[in-house]
Amino acid sequence: MSEPLIEVKNLKKYFPIRGGVLQRTIGYVKAVDGVTFTINKGETLSLVGESGCGKSTVGRTIIRLYDKTDGEVFYKSIPIHSLKKSELRKLRPKIQLVFQDPFSSLNPRLRVGDAIGEALLDHGLISKNELRDKVIETLEICGLAPYHIDRYPHEFSGGQRQRIGIARALILDPEFIVLDEPVSSLDVSIQAQIINLLMDLQQQKGLTYLFISHDLSVVEHISTRVAVMYLGSIVEMAARDELFDHPLHPYTQALLSAVPIPDPDLKRERIILEGDIPSPANPPKGCKFHTRCPIAKDICREQIPEYKDVGGGHFVACHLV
Amino acid sequence: MAKNIVEFRNLKTYFYTEEGVVKAVNDVSFSIREGETVCVVGESGCGKSVTALSLMRLIQSPPGKIEGGEIIFDGRDVLKLSEAEMRKIRGNEIGMIFQEPMTSLNPVLTIGEQLMEPLMVHKFMSKKEAWNKAIELIKQVGIPRAEQIMTSYPHELSGGMRQRIMIAIALSCDPKLLIADEPTTALDVTIQAQILDLLRKIKQERNMALMLITHDLGIVAEMADYVVVMYAGKVIEEAPVRELFKNPKHPYTRGLLKAKPIIGKRQDKLYTIPGQVPNPIGLGNYCYFSDRCEYAMDICRQKIPQLTADENGHKVACWLYEGEWKK
Ligand SMILES: Nc1ncnc2c1ncn2[C@@H]1O[C@H](COP(=O)(O)OP(=O)(O)OP(=O)(O)O)[C@@H](O)[C@H]1O
Ligand SMILES: Nc1ncnc2c1ncn2[C@@H]1O[C@H](COP(=O)(O)OP(=O)(O)OP(=O)(O)O)[C@@H](O)[C@H]1O
Ligand code: SF4
Ligand code: SF4
Ligand SMILES: [Mg+2]
Ligand SMILES: [Mg+2]
Repeated sequence: MSEPLIEVKNLKKYFPIRGGVLQRTIGYVKAVDGVTFTINKGETLSLVGESGCGKSTVGRTIIRLYDKTDGEVFYKSIPIHSLKKSELRKLRPKIQLVFQDPFSSLNPRLRVGDAIGEALLDHGLISKNELRDKVIETLEICGLAPYHIDRYPHEFSGGQRQRIGIARALILDPEFIVLDEPVSSLDVSIQAQIINLLMDLQQQKGLTYLFISHDLSVVEHISTRVAVMYLGSIVEMAARDELFDHPLHPYTQALLSAVPIPDPDLKRERIILEGDIPSPANPPKGCKFHTRCPIAKDICREQIPEYKDVGGGHFVACHLV
Repeated sequence: MAKNIVEFRNLKTYFYTEEGVVKAVNDVSFSIREGETVCVVGESGCGKSVTALSLMRLIQSPPGKIEGGEIIFDGRDVLKLSEAEMRKIRGNEIGMIFQEPMTSLNPVLTIGEQLMEPLMVHKFMSKKEAWNKAIELIKQVGIPRAEQIMTSYPHELSGGMRQRIMIAIALSCDPKLLIADEPTTALDVTIQAQILDLLRKIKQERNMALMLITHDLGIVAEMADYVVVMYAGKVIEEAPVRELFKNPKHPYTRGLLKAKPIIGKRQDKLYTIPGQVPNPIGLGNYCYFSDRCEYAMDICRQKIPQLTADENGHKVACWLYEGEWKK
């Protein structure tokens, strides 16, 4: 049976909003407002939702790049946010993050080989004379060539840079990787290469992924389970097939129906949501989706719907389900 | 059949960079008919935006230069017009929504000022008339509280609202052709659905032609009447939308269609096109797709295939179809 590798319990992350001459805190952006889920060993849990709904903040708070506001995250039952800095540092290699554009996080003056090997040396996980071989091995696993080791970041295409980003995480032999929009900036023909690479690596090494994306067709392809976020909360979560075949939350339904499908003969009933996404600094009362929900009732404006299991691990937060 | 509103004929737009000459648009020909939606698709850097900017005569020079060809818009070659004549076409007969929505609205002017300006310049409206027309346009693109929006600044609007304002400005002078360069790439899917819906509605009401630049094949299937596929500065395939999706001919087009995961169609492994787009500098006399193509033959590495039509008017530039042409 699948065992949980990561357990997230009622996690909250608020960012202060400052204002006035004294720059006092005048409010909070509730970027992540109480999310609970587990990620089993070897699976890919995807987080989807619109810009600003808190996906990246969840990813970063899980691995404690951000301190939590409330709640806890357990990695193999170790409470990550209760660890001392030195204990956290020892854990770091096991929990890694790959960014949307690793280029912006690569030092332009550092050769790619050094950028990939840097963290291994830092953590004292390898000796200097073994390093080069290890970097070359990792480059090859990620579909790059050994001669790339002495090149500089600007000499690489978008797809290659993403491979470098993956190599940088992979060389540390992690168990868990947060992939934050790893293919969003890439062309279709390159996206497919990176997605296949990620899935192959997962198989070979038994990796566990949190995959963050707003592209639902990519998410359907790569996920074991999917969680849908709206304004800092998870509104629905289920196994991949269940979520795509039987979406229950009105927001999930609208999101799925909005994805353009490359078939000119397909005529679909599309749910077009009215209005814009509200600000997470001032979310609507009751169900946060009620301002755009096509079937909202009076109760939705007043009461927060309970997030409940409607059977077989399909969670949804809606009064009408 | 409707007549052509714009015809690109052997357009060549080059950039002279330190590393060498980039043939961003390399002998491109295609046309758009009145009232028709033509989607231009292709990978980043293949020349989609430069094609559109050449039509608008907005190529920055240096480093860019239109080196050859003609662009016939409504009977005139825009490449031969004076800058003064061009200004009458830009934002008037041709509307354009640019790729970067953040940079294309002026941050220090109100939305109202930006909407009214082209109306007063091109349509010689009084301030009062322009104000009323602007309000009407804001309502047309589906933004409530039009009066309040008129006096707002761009940063006070959401990304989706800004994109609607861009559309309103582009439509203000009733253009015959609207160029929309990746109009929804920066937006969320639910907002994208709103904008695409709006574009479709407006197009129908006005019988306006639409040149839609996108890299999303889903959007192409949904919006296009006709599709032009570009690769490394060249048109490599073009056909009516159904024909292109049913019967893609070029190995690159076929690869693109297979490589994209499609919602509702789960598969174990994605098809991939190996390699990456070639360096645009110093391309020679060969098929630019040859180093990634699983069907590449000797001739592919010796000669550039020319775009040629079959009996249905489906055009492709690929040596695989050479036999078919001879028949
Ligand atoms: N470091 C920060 N300081 C203040 N506010 C932040 C910070 N990071 C994120 N936020 C805010 O928190 C909310 C959630 O942001 P987050 O980046 O997690 O969203 P996201 O779902 O990843 O969006 P996107 O799809 O655009 O990447 C947003 O309103 C954002 O403005
Ligand atoms: N100002 C410029 N100077 C030098 N090269 C340029 C300039 N503008 C465009 N190019 C080059 O021309 C080629 C075509 O660029 P273009 O912007 O048309 O691509 P595109 O198809 O619109 O790509 P994208 O999908 O990324 O928008 C690219 O190789 C680009 O680097
Ligand atoms: S609780 Fe009400 S407003 Fe919220 S999603 Fe369900 S029906 Fe819509
Ligand atoms: S011309 Fe040759 S290399 Fe080019 S796409 Fe056709 S078969 Fe492939
Ligand atoms: Mg993010
Ligand atoms: Mg472009």
